[in-house]
Amino acid sequence: MIRFDHVSKRYPETGDALHNVNFHLMSGAMAFLTGHSGAGKSTLLKLIALLERCSRGQLFLDGENLTRAPARKIPLVRRKIGMIFQNHRLLCDRTVFDNVALPLVIAGFRHQDIRRRVRAALDKVGLLSKERAFPLMLSGGEQQRVGIARAVVNKPPLLLADEPTGNLDPELSRDIMHLFEQFNQVGVTVLVASHDLDLISRMPYPQLRLHQGHLSVEQALAIE
Amino acid sequence: MKLPRFMHVYLARHAQVSLNSLGRLYRAPSASLMTAAVIAIALALPSGLYLLTGNLQRLSTQWDGSTSLSLFLHHSVAENQARQLAAGLQKWPEIESLQLISPEQALAEFRELSGFGTALDVLEENPLPAVLAVKPGRDHADADSAAALLERLQVLPEVEMAQLDLQWVRRFSAIVDIVRRSIWVMGSLLGLAVLLVIGNTIRLEIQNRREEIEITKLIGATDAFIRRPFLYSGIWYGLGGALLAVVLIEVAFLQLQGPVRQLSGLYASSFALEALSVAEIGVLLSGGALLGLAGAWLAVGRHLADIEPTY
Ligand SMILES: Nc1ncnc2c1ncn2[C@@H]1O[C@H](COP(=O)(O)OP(=O)(O)OP(=O)(O)O)[C@@H](O)[C@H]1O
Ligand SMILES: [Mg+2]
Repeated sequence: MIRFDHVSKRYPETGDALHNVNFHLMSGAMAFLTGHSGAGKSTLLKLIALLERCSRGQLFLDGENLTRAPARKIPLVRRKIGMIFQNHRLLCDRTVFDNVALPLVIAGFRHQDIRRRVRAALDKVGLLSKERAFPLMLSGGEQQRVGIARAVVNKPPLLLADEPTGNLDPELSRDIMHLFEQFNQVGVTVLVASHDLDLISRMPYPQLRLHQGHLSVEQALAIE
Repeated sequence: MKLPRFMHVYLARHAQVSLNSLGRLYRAPSASLMTAAVIAIALALPSGLYLLTGNLQRLSTQWDGSTSLSLFLHHSVAENQARQLAAGLQKWPEIESLQLISPEQALAEFRELSGFGTALDVLEENPLPAVLAVKPGRDHADADSAAALLERLQVLPEVEMAQLDLQWVRRFSAIVDIVRRSIWVMGSLLGLAVLLVIGNTIRLEIQNRREEIEITKLIGATDAFIRRPFLYSGIWYGLGGALLAVVLIEVAFLQLQGPVRQLSGLYASSFALEALSVAEIGVLLSGGALLGLAGAWLAVGRHLADIEPTY
């Protein structure tokens, strides 16, 4: 599903963030991306979603080479990816329902389908009762779950999550990780960046360890 | 007509986006109304003046009916010669009627009208020539045919000087023409102003919705999707402004209608101001909408590309 082939990323301002990263995450797999703060976790996820471009190496998504994908193809690539952001990125002036509906509206779904799918996604994250609320009326954990509902509402084949449990209590964190497991069980490929080592070491999924932009090789092999 | 399904979906989506844009303007009524009012004034000014001068032009063609030519005959032409000339000219197809004013008649008329009375008695002989007042036929009363007729009459041996009384009507018409041309120039400039006003309004809207644009781009919106609501906003601004301009012009002409009718009544004329025709309203509305679309397009082209999602 995701293949990094000798990928490096250099930011003009701060220098190299990723060095020669190689790994292959199979379709239908689930894995964690770990590492200290500044190790390059967010950078790696941004490369997949084409929010940044590789400086060197090749990047494949679903068999397609994204390394030099033209700008007009970017939206279509992003629609294949359900992305969950550390800072939620919700629209504060729209209701929970409208926020979750956004990917469907963009993709041009019909009105009735949108209703059905949004409610299903909200039900999944346990927020069906809050569909008329606005994001700022919700707790941090609830906002995170709205972000998850938005990421999965159009059933993308790939789910990327950046620190989805960053500021949640242990119990809620477990619930959210469990949600990801459920999506994985229905065939979605899942990659979760997290430094909640306590939690993820108790889960039976491979870990990609980043250290100052270098990926631990033995871990990469374990996934391949 | 049966449309393919994808067309239905496409049209429904556009209708939805355009209504959403309208709703957004409706929710900020005072700001939207202010922008629309600026646009309306900029559109109403040239359109109203153009309409007014169009009416003046119509008025000047009505005056063509009163076109007449004056032939001042040589002093040496005797009265019976003048009568013969008049009889000959009467046969010309271009000429509807003519009237001979003898020097004596002319002097009597002048005496009466000028009030010089006895002062004229000191003149030893009548200085006034005989005059033939020629009224051209209806088909030859317009400026060009009248001028052609004038040229032919001018060369008659008995005629010392021929004068077209239409001259001032022509001058008036030429002045109106110049004014109309300058209204076009002014209209183009004000149209440009409308373009810039709408462009700037849309630019501000883009700035205000920066966060929203970034997020929709993050989750896979195409440029066309992001552009669309702003283009519709531009169209609504232009259309709203044009609608308001139509109202302004109609109200102004309604105000003028009464006085103009009174004035033309004094001149026994049936002239009445003509307000905007349906076709002209159509042109104004679609012109406004087009200007709005163009202004929005400019703003969107310049400022939307700058917004790349950062995360
Ligand atoms: N937009 C950017 N421009 C320049 N440098 C950047 C940018 N984003 C990240 N970096 C740099 O790249 C390196 C890796 O950053 P990244 O955000 O990927 O780390 P991270 O592993 O996600 O850290 P954290 O756990 O704190 O979120 C850092 O040194 C950072 O300074
Ligand atoms: Mg990060």
